[in-house]
Amino acid sequence: MHNVHSYDELVNLREFAAGSLEKQQKKVLICGGTGCVAGGSLHIYEQIKQMCEDKGLDVCVELAHEPHGDNIGLKKSGCHGFCEMGPLLKIEPLGVLYTKVKPSDCEEIVEKSVLGDEIVKHLLYQLDGKSYQHQEEIPFYKKQTRVVLANCGQSDAEDVLEYIAKGGYSALAKALSSMTGEEVCKQISESNLRGRGGGGFPTGRKWEQVRRQAEPVKYIVCNGDEGDPGAFMDRSIMEGDPHKMLEGMMIAGYAAGAQEGYIYVRAEYPLAVNRLRTAIRKAEEIGLLGENILGSGFNFKLHINRGAGAFVCGEGSALTTSIEGKRGMPRVKPPRTVEQGLFGKPTVLNNVETFANVPEIILNGAAWFKSIGPENSPGTKAFALTGNVNNTGLIEVPMGTTLREVIFDIGGGVKNGKAFKAVQIGGPSGGCLTSEHLDLPMDFDSLKKVGAMVGSGGLVVMDDSTCMVEVSRFFMNFTQNESCGKCVPCREGTKRMLEILERIVRGEGTSEDLDLLSELAATISETALCGLGKTAASPVQSTLKYFRDEYEAHVIEKRCPAGDCKALRVIQIDPALCKGCSKCSKTCPVGAISGKIKEPFSINTKTCIKCGACIAACPFKAIKEA
Amino acid sequence: MSKGIMYIDGKRVAFDGEKNVLAVIRKAGIEIPTFCYYSELSVYGACRMCVVENERGGIEASCSMQPRDGMKIRTNTARLQKHRKMILELLLAAHCRDCTVCEKNGRCKLQELALQYGIRNIRFQDTREKFELDKTSPSILRDPNKCILCGDCVRVCEEVQGMGVIDFAYRGSKLQIMPAFNRKLSDTDCIGCGQCAAVCPTGAITIRGDIGRAWKAIQDPTKRVIVQVAPAVRVAIGEEFGMEAGENTMGKLVAALKMMGVDEVFDTTLGADLTVMEEASEFLKRLENGGPFPMFTSCCPAWVRYVESRNTKYLPNVSTCKSPMEMFGATLKAHYKTMEAVDGKGAVVIAIMPCTAKKGEAQREEFKRDGLNDIDYVLTTQEISTMIKENGIVFKDLESEATDMPFGLGSGAGVIFGTTGGVAEAVIRRCSAEKNTNMLREIEFCGVRGMDFVKEATVTVGEKELKIAVVHGLKNAQDLLKKIDAGEVSYDLVEVMACWGGCIGGAGQPTGRFDQRKARAQGLYDADQLSQIKRSEENPMIMALYNGVLKKNRHELLHVHYGKQD
Repeated sequence: MHNVHSYDELVNLREFAAGSLEKQQKKVLICGGTGCVAGGSLHIYEQIKQMCEDKGLDVCVELAHEPHGDNIGLKKSGCHGFCEMGPLLKIEPLGVLYTKVKPSDCEEIVEKSVLGDEIVKHLLYQLDGKSYQHQEEIPFYKKQTRVVLANCGQSDAEDVLEYIAKGGYSALAKALSSMTGEEVCKQISESNLRGRGGGGFPTGRKWEQVRRQAEPVKYIVCNGDEGDPGAFMDRSIMEGDPHKMLEGMMIAGYAAGAQEGYIYVRAEYPLAVNRLRTAIRKAEEIGLLGENILGSGFNFKLHINRGAGAFVCGEGSALTTSIEGKRGMPRVKPPRTVEQGLFGKPTVLNNVETFANVPEIILNGAAWFKSIGPENSPGTKAFALTGNVNNTGLIEVPMGTTLREVIFDIGGGVKNGKAFKAVQIGGPSGGCLTSEHLDLPMDFDSLKKVGAMVGSGGLVVMDDSTCMVEVSRFFMNFTQNESCGKCVPCREGTKRMLEILERIVRGEGTSEDLDLLSELAATISETALCGLGKTAASPVQSTLKYFRDEYEAHVIEKRCPAGDCKALRVIQIDPALCKGCSKCSKTCPVGAISGKIKEPFSINTKTCIKCGACIAACPFKAIKEA
Repeated sequence: MSKGIMYIDGKRVAFDGEKNVLAVIRKAGIEIPTFCYYSELSVYGACRMCVVENERGGIEASCSMQPRDGMKIRTNTARLQKHRKMILELLLAAHCRDCTVCEKNGRCKLQELALQYGIRNIRFQDTREKFELDKTSPSILRDPNKCILCGDCVRVCEEVQGMGVIDFAYRGSKLQIMPAFNRKLSDTDCIGCGQCAAVCPTGAITIRGDIGRAWKAIQDPTKRVIVQVAPAVRVAIGEEFGMEAGENTMGKLVAALKMMGVDEVFDTTLGADLTVMEEASEFLKRLENGGPFPMFTSCCPAWVRYVESRNTKYLPNVSTCKSPMEMFGATLKAHYKTMEAVDGKGAVVIAIMPCTAKKGEAQREEFKRDGLNDIDYVLTTQEISTMIKENGIVFKDLESEATDMPFGLGSGAGVIFGTTGGVAEAVIRRCSAEKNTNMLREIEFCGVRGMDFVKEATVTVGEKELKIAVVHGLKNAQDLLKKIDAGEVSYDLVEVMACWGGCIGGAGQPTGRFDQRKARAQGLYDADQLSQIKRSEENPMIMALYNGVLKKNRHELLHVHYGKQD
């Protein structure tokens, strides 16, 4: 086991590790992200390992700590991002990306691409009749700029040596050996890195504020409590490149003068927890975490704290309270977290993606970072692209990329050729954007102007079969369940908003309900205690603004224009088309259809449960939803 | 602490060290509404009623805003009015609306603000769940149906008393306040101090009432109803009738009780004098026998409950003296037993106390003899004032009457029992060899008086220098115990009162904050000043009792050995 005590020793280790990496004649990277694991990627990993060993190949699952001969590197990589096409498997230096790999494909892969240099054509990504051999050529990847996710999918997430081989921990070494804490803060400030957790607060300023506190005990806290439905950027970083985030936290510790850090990660992310644990243990073994790191005199310890699944614990003060072992509820500010955060001490609290940006900024400089994206929101942003979009997955683009580029170029457009209706950005705290916003650059300030927010980076694409009232109800249900219950507007207000929305989708709403919704939304957004409460009504406010006609159709005409709200569906038989065959009445589970044979049948709408079984049963397509 | 000028609704207001904008607004004479704000507790910021609008139209809660020089805020704009009304409507929608039959009717903050803001209609469905009442505590009654979840009770229990018996459970609109695992209060370590009820803005936590039973006894011609009045009651009850805090209205209270039909009215101060005698001799005995030290006072039943449930190792340190109420109760019951034999009238002893924990104390097994409680009922200051009002008595206009004999005489030392430091001072007076006025002055200024949470004094008794501590607020007492445990401090005698300010700040008193508590304490010191008898041993009744009813069974009537409760 290597143990590095100085900057030079780290350089030596990097050279050694890079050499070991070179010795790997073939590198087989099997995606070990949660999506691909769910798709069976671990079986594929085991099978390929077994097959290679059976064929007498020297298989290395981890970079050897001792000099080693030529071998085949078999790695569980982090998330490649293209989850839609998983399980994914990549072979270097061949440079091929295989998609939707099944265990039955393993034999062929080993025979052709591991033993030989042949390509298994049917596993390549195909679009519009074209096959793509290299990842970079695939439209999904082509428009992306991967900084934070650079290593995700490219290297073994559990191997600290591989991270070091690719230049890992050299940013920490640079900071420790040639910069003061103040200089680190300054460089981060100059880069204008803004918090990726949603608020967009300048990271460097936050660190500097903590650095200046007289209190000797300070903490670095990483918010990995990614709770938005449909968001998984932070999870992918923690799973795919945990050392990058740890390095960022350590640099923050050095800059702000903290010796201890806490990672608050959801217990629902078991893989992330395991990878982080492994990463911390390996960093400790190698001497990169602990006392006198790289002989600099800087000490740093890291703890993992698992969150029990409360969305509100993603709010800074609730998160620190939860780490302290108390009920996670936001508290009033001041005092701010930078003054009195965790255990009442000055605390730097950033999210996963923010910390993961730090090493690159230290290595490449503030000017490099500012060259990506717009001036006020430089850098890249990872987004989780989900919903009715062809290419769901994890993407990273420069800030300021338009929605159109993301949804149509990277995302491949709306699924099943349907029309684009809206995209929900920023999860339950965000708002929805419509086709009029497609060319809006996605950055902190532009989105704020239209009542949305970058948030943590969830993008849920919706097509024209999505009912926006139902979307509002969904998010309000989430918010009400996840409200901590402390302040009256959020606790009671969201409950009442949910009641009203439930009424509307049931077809029992009134026009007054829409006014009451607006009133409640105003009180909640203007008077709630914490950020989550203040934004709890955003999905309703933005859908009311852009899709008021849909709300009105529900309350006035008792109709759901998207045909999504079951209670408002009306199923009718077209007498002109009906031949009176009685198939429908035999299929109906509640006996709502009756009629005379060879004469048009009719549906009793009072008993009809709108299951749609009759529509499928009718051989003449005479039954339709009105 | 910052200083400066801010503009509230266009008016210039100077601030100087106020802890938040809310305090400055109130200083400016604007009664900004709150449910969850108590200046003496931590800022919680949950009710959002105290919102104000800044120059840029931003809305913030004034309880959590720092005043800044030049700051301009508005407290009552159209938007703020709308939000406050909406918050009230939301609270009312989730709240029981049986106002007329509520214990808190007329004193409920929710009712008051709903009236003030003209809430006439609630536009939300009634989807309330029905919760069971917790009637298991002898001191307080919890009705979750009336809870607005402001968290005041949670904070007072944790921050002032250090008990943390109740807390929040569940999330969102399912949020509730309850003891851990929704246990009954009787299954918790609740000390019965009632401070949660004192801060509760609604009827969600109220004091267990004994008014009905008290009336029944008073109106029963076969009973002899004997009332004892605790020292702290006399300087607070006037507040219920529009009088100043601290005004001594003992004479009016005696007159009122007589009008109501009470047979005998005595002064618990005499019980306090007995306590001084017993506690001083116990203390001197401990000095002879070498401890255990520190000796803790035992007058406060909430404190005793705490030691029994959470700090049993200090049980041997707690004085074996019964509280003044129980000493007096036992003495009265013993005395009137002989009278009962004469006229057949059974004695019912009612204690009027500033305290809710006394209700629990009165029901303890240790204070039963022949199956009967020494104290039959404990009525709080608030309860007795309700009864006075019910009786149609114009309290303010009453002419003072004297307490009855033979138990109506108490010393100045006994009367100051009602405030923090009083017990210690009375015991010092008893123990000190010199009995002149100069000595009294010296004792007065030795450090036991005042509202500091922990007070220390050193007095010389005989040849020995004694270290005495006085602490009030159970959280402060627990912190002091930790220091004693750690060996950082050591004392010979420690006076502990669970409530801030001592008994004058008890939860049975009219609700009062720091200023009222201070005035009430002063009221007791003034009573001591006017008293002809300064020391307990100078009270002629004491010798009469020791030579009379206490002669044979002094220990049984006046002492108790508290043990660990299951």
